[in-house]
Amino acid sequence: MEVQLRSPKEIMKLSRLGCFHQSKLSFLRSFLDEFKDWNYSRDLFELNKEGYGKAVYSFSKNNRTYSLVCFANELSEDERSDRVIATKWDAAFALYDGIPNKQDIERLNKNVPKQEVGRLSYKELTLSRANRSVRLFNNVVENLSNGRQPDKNILSKVGYLYRTTAVYGSGKFGLADRFRVKNRSEIKGPFRLEMMLVYLVRQFTFDQINHIAKNKNPKKFVELDIKIAKGLGIGNSTGLGMAPFIVNHPTLLNNWVLARETILKKIREVESINKYKFNIFFTCLKKSIKNVENWNTDSEFQKNKIKKLLDDLKKTIKYLEKINIGQKFLFNEIYKWAENQVCEECLEYLVSIFMEPFDEIVNEFKHKMSSDEDKYFTIPTERKTSELRDILEKNYSDILNLDFEKKENNHNFWFISKNKEEPRLGSRFEVNGSELEQPLAIARDIKKLYERVIVTKNSLSIAEFLLENNDLRHVVRRAFIIEKFPYSEILDNTIGKQLMPIDMLRLKLSFFGAIKFDPRSDKWLRICMFQGAPLPNQLKNFDDKWVYETLN
Amino acid sequence: MRSLSEIDTISKRALRAKGFSWGISEEIGKSVKQLELFGLPGLKNLNQYLKIYDQNKFQQIKLISKNNISENKFHCPISSGISFLDQVKSLEKLKSLEFNKIAYPILFLSFVSRASEVLGKKILIKMDEKEFMLNFNQSIFGNYSKSEIWENSNTVLINFIENSNSFSEEEWKEMTKFANETFVEETDELKEKSAGAGLTDND
Repeated sequence: MEVQLRSPKEIMKLSRLGCFHQSKLSFLRSFLDEFKDWNYSRDLFELNKEGYGKAVYSFSKNNRTYSLVCFANELSEDERSDRVIATKWDAAFALYDGIPNKQDIERLNKNVPKQEVGRLSYKELTLSRANRSVRLFNNVVENLSNGRQPDKNILSKVGYLYRTTAVYGSGKFGLADRFRVKNRSEIKGPFRLEMMLVYLVRQFTFDQINHIAKNKNPKKFVELDIKIAKGLGIGNSTGLGMAPFIVNHPTLLNNWVLARETILKKIREVESINKYKFNIFFTCLKKSIKNVENWNTDSEFQKNKIKKLLDDLKKTIKYLEKINIGQKFLFNEIYKWAENQVCEECLEYLVSIFMEPFDEIVNEFKHKMSSDEDKYFTIPTERKTSELRDILEKNYSDILNLDFEKKENNHNFWFISKNKEEPRLGSRFEVNGSELEQPLAIARDIKKLYERVIVTKNSLSIAEFLLENNDLRHVVRRAFIIEKFPYSEILDNTIGKQLMPIDMLRLKLSFFGAIKFDPRSDKWLRICMFQGAPLPNQLKNFDDKWVYETLN
Repeated sequence: MRSLSEIDTISKRALRAKGFSWGISEEIGKSVKQLELFGLPGLKNLNQYLKIYDQNKFQQIKLISKNNISENKFHCPISSGISFLDQVKSLEKLKSLEFNKIAYPILFLSFVSRASEVLGKKILIKMDEKEFMLNFNQSIFGNYSKSEIWENSNTVLINFIENSNSFSEEEWKEMTKFANETFVEETDELKEKSAGAGLTDND
């Protein structure tokens, strides 16, 4: 039986993309799998009694070493901010390519804590900063220094001791360009080194909190229980900065979604499923309910989504308890049932958990999620406008029906703020600056392109068409990309009044492997990464379904 | 040191700020990044071009022909470059073509280099006394390596180089003789014992 790939017109809608969840394909899970046999080491730990100072952690194998250089600094309460406009943080980090010497650490000490206004070099691969969770950090120190383990219930509600507010890579602020590392044999997919940084930062947070508690009360102090530490991850606060990324990297986006969709298709095509495989799926699903129950948010939007998800998951479990495991194409039957019976959030949740028993299907796709984007940049100008028209009609049909003369469809504009060079979204009818709009209104510009193409002679070459239409060159390029990469485009209006930008953030974060999406508004959210992941000294032997284990 | 990614982004934004379309700005970002990767002063020349852009009215060119002559103004390296890149497949049949007066020719060079990749042919370009061999946008060989602002070139000659070998058939045969020394002499016994089909494979 052949199952068709789900149509991009169904999947690439923002409301659907905003329902994506972590899976076996997620970059943080792939990172742990790919680096599990590397040697972990804490090479330097020079913190004062209050926990301020520097530390270095590394992963090494053969002749390659990656070192996380950490700087922890004193920060007053009024200086602590998750917003990208902050200028000071509790801790700052850089992942160094190799083993840093004293001069390197000194140079980094002058620049890393400054983040965007510091300068990095090609020897640094990724850069980040993090703030303590005020809710939790002091509570844990207090408990440990008095010889008690902290309350698991409080811990699991927050899920982390520190929250990063940005993780930079790929040439930002002088960091190494991607071309310097992309062909290394250990870099098997996107964002591996960003994941390494976050993972090692997590270990630093445990070491720092133990150190502070010990110095506070050396006689009574106890170390944070390893099981409790394992149940903590690293938080992340993410704003609009992430949204343009998925528009600006169309072939990369395609490769992420295509991998997910192709895996789903292959799983649905498996004719017979044994009980063992079904049980892996069913166990992960049942265990994961706790993660959903511990998913806390103040956002009404997300609360409603979580409630519906929980209801539908319970309904799914009831359905699965009675299912005939011996029937042919079992996962196709489950999928078809879910398609009609549960909400989009639950459907995409199930798609993620479908992957758990199928290493033999999933694993090859983990390494197909990068993209050599420059290869697809040049416009094939020898092609005809008739071909361009066909591509537009075939791939963007829903978008071509939008009326951008209506205010609600043309409400927002994306721009870059001057002070921090960060993306922002504003109403073109309420704030100034729409003349400096970024090229992220793809739907509107595709529609404009179509309106010009349909009044152009079919036999005209694209080179000839561009002579008079270079103002739309950026979307001509995209049209020829979507022809080859059907999941490369968000097939929705990114400037409409109804836009929920967090859908765009969540799409990207789900591929990172984030959980517990906690929208703080429609424009930024908090998430958790690596919660439940093995600690570095447990990497040699760990259960790759760790993500479904929770603290309580 | 600025990364190539930063160079790409700042070039794109700077050009956009002068009113170029986003699509053209994306092209210049890629081109300047490529020039810097090859060790040529792309950003320096783009910066100077942008500084005088408002005062200097450059000659815009859309349809490129065999001879592209401007009487007074210098050709804009960006519009000329993009037109060349877009039209290169139809220009190829001209075998060679000529421009007079191109401003900031290094910027123009980057588009011709990319055109070499699109076409799958090497392109030899002479700009006044300077020569560059553009190799499928993989490398640029030339007799110019200064990191300076190059304001204009009065004569630009472009030759499409047919794909051909740099060696003779005789030299190929001589090399083949050397290479054959790595092979084992074939005997009936070898055919029987080591080849899958045996001695008679046409039954």
